[in-house]
Amino acid sequence: MSFITEVEVDVTVDILPSWALDPVLSVEHVFMRFGGLVAVNDLSFTAGRGDITALIGPNGAGKTTVFNCITGFYKPTQGMLLLKHGSGDSYLLERMTDFRISAKARVARTFQNIRLFSGMTVLENLLVAQHNPLMLASGMTILGVLGLPGYKRAEKVAIERAKYWLDKTGLYSRADDPAGDLPYGAQRRLEIARAMCTGPELLCLDEPAAGLNPRESAELNALLLDIRGTEKTSILLIEHDMSVVMEISDHVVVLEYGTKISDGTPSAVRNDPRVIAAYLGVDDEEVEKVEEQLDEIIAESTP
Amino acid sequence: MTSDATVTKHGPDIPAAVKDAVLAGVIALGIFGPLVGLKTEQNMSNELVITTRWGLVAVIVGIVMAGRFLLTTFIWPTIAVRKQRDKAPPSAGRLAFLASFKKWFPSGSLVFLFLYPAIVVYLLGFQGSLKWVDNFGIQILIYVMLGWGLNIVVGLAGLLDLGYVAFYAVGAYSYALLATHFGLSFWLLLPMAGILAALWGIMLGFPVLRLRGDYLAIVTLAFGEIIRLVLINFRELTNGSAGISSIPKITFFGIWSFDVSAPNNFAKVWGLAMSSAYYKIFLYYLILLLALLTAFVTLRLRKLPIGRAWEALREDEIACRSLGINTTNTKLTAFALGAMFGGFAGSFFAARQGFVSPESFVFMESAVIVAIVVLGGMGSMIGVALAAVAMIGGTELLRELSFLKAVFGDNFDPDQFRMLFFGLAMVLIMIWRPRGFVSAREPTVFLTERKAISGSLVKEGHG
Repeated sequence: MSFITEVEVDVTVDILPSWALDPVLSVEHVFMRFGGLVAVNDLSFTAGRGDITALIGPNGAGKTTVFNCITGFYKPTQGMLLLKHGSGDSYLLERMTDFRISAKARVARTFQNIRLFSGMTVLENLLVAQHNPLMLASGMTILGVLGLPGYKRAEKVAIERAKYWLDKTGLYSRADDPAGDLPYGAQRRLEIARAMCTGPELLCLDEPAAGLNPRESAELNALLLDIRGTEKTSILLIEHDMSVVMEISDHVVVLEYGTKISDGTPSAVRNDPRVIAAYLGVDDEEVEKVEEQLDEIIAESTP
Repeated sequence: MTSDATVTKHGPDIPAAVKDAVLAGVIALGIFGPLVGLKTEQNMSNELVITTRWGLVAVIVGIVMAGRFLLTTFIWPTIAVRKQRDKAPPSAGRLAFLASFKKWFPSGSLVFLFLYPAIVVYLLGFQGSLKWVDNFGIQILIYVMLGWGLNIVVGLAGLLDLGYVAFYAVGAYSYALLATHFGLSFWLLLPMAGILAALWGIMLGFPVLRLRGDYLAIVTLAFGEIIRLVLINFRELTNGSAGISSIPKITFFGIWSFDVSAPNNFAKVWGLAMSSAYYKIFLYYLILLLALLTAFVTLRLRKLPIGRAWEALREDEIACRSLGINTTNTKLTAFALGAMFGGFAGSFFAARQGFVSPESFVFMESAVIVAIVVLGGMGSMIGVALAAVAMIGGTELLRELSFLKAVFGDNFDPDQFRMLFFGLAMVLIMIWRPRGFVSAREPTVFLTERKAISGSLVKEGHG
């Protein structure tokens, strides 16, 4: 299997890391080119089932591009994106259109710049997220227009589900307010609640902690851990806030200029000289030194 | 109340206002004196002679002075007071009044609409009622229905469609052609016209799926023109600009006919005096029911997933796709349903006129319908209905401007100024209410309390 070669940085060849054993998402040799610009260059990584996987890297590293490839907003130029459900169904995401990825493969996402339906109430936002099951219940609208009771029941179930997520995100009291009226932190939480209302197998969060104050950030951590723990939803997140990344993630993938430079547990990545170099920068002379150190680390970790 | 204080503070300062008005009058005299007061005409021997129209100049200067005086003494202070009052929270009494008004207005106006022909006939007799039932009642209700149909596309789904009249034309020609050639009944052709228009709606929908905003508007505008030009040039089928005449009248479900010569003529059967008023009143109720059907279906759809998906599409298309909503189907259903109601209205129009020609389906019609939707407040049913009454009723009322001949002389044709007044009124209304009559959006579902959503948060849609 190809991922064996990918995890060489911090693990031995014969012991697979936990996320490689039962991956919910395997990204294999993905390229994304925009004309001459290579935004993602031969990226391969796996996100384990029930894990919180963080995708980090300096600005312009191609993180959001990877997200857009996974959620179908871009078609990767080359490569494979395999999503496996717990039930065993698997989907090749690079062959699916964006709305099918959400509807069928059950990948939900949030956006870096919040995209709520600002003129609709919080509750309506959560009901729009349950469009597909409700559409079926309304008999593709026809039975619903006739006012048959089957749809009313389905709508009640959908509202219950929305209430559940309103409770979890602490938005219950604002349910009837327009989404555009919520404060920034609440909008971020609502976007997560809306994504969770689609019942996703994999939740992709694009900078969920951006612009949050420390208290809101801690609440977000608790919410994400709860989503992983109670809902058994795997999470893939892009984040700049290292307190979030190091505290809650099980697995960190680091990108720089579209290339993966590190992949491992948070502590392993934190001490990876290449990651430090990418974030802080080094002199040319130091690069050689760093590479030497790197060789030593690899030599040490190999029995 | 604070408003009393503001009145005295901004209170009219009459001498200053008079001075101001006189100054405005002097400026108006300077401008209009030479422009309007002096007119050159050729006399019989081809010489240019100057004729003077000082009376007209006096009238114009008088209007300017009076307008300026009113503006400084009354309109501006009122606006200032209103602004002050809007800043303060509305009083409890006002809130209660607004709430009860909101509650009773729809049902009250519905009762009025059903009683309207009876009231008019009672007041003016059958012959006198013709104008009020036909020119006002039926005409306004057709536009209410068209407005409600377009409201699905523009107001809910946020797709700016400037070629809506095309579907109206498809409906009208469907009925006109199928009824005259095959003698099919209106009651069979009404749904068929709706279906045909919906198909055309989908045909328009496919090429414009990827377009947004201005580009969508341009393509839909072109589509409307294409349909009209096809109707003009496909002479073998549509009889070109001459149009199709003697389109059969609608029967009362086949039981009674409104044809004068028919043995089961309504008036003959009931032993009444012959009059076209019965047919007009029947048409009035028919279009009222059709419009109410549109309203009923739209209100139902808004509470269904498809309606919420339309509104979500208007708010943010990318977010919609990220939630697994098939935006292609969502847009196409909006186009198809909007077109279907346009088709219904079209077939009714053909039956009512008894004659259709491409002349009736010019771009101006599309513009009026879009204006009704925008003026009413996008997405609001009551607002659109009010806007249709104001726009169509208003332009009908503007036909009664012959009293202006007293001012402007006998060769003044008030009909020519109808569109001028109409445009002026629209500009004023849009300054007064930039988001239309009813800008707030009613949520489709609520947990504890139904709160109207301020229009400033609701997006207009960008395609």
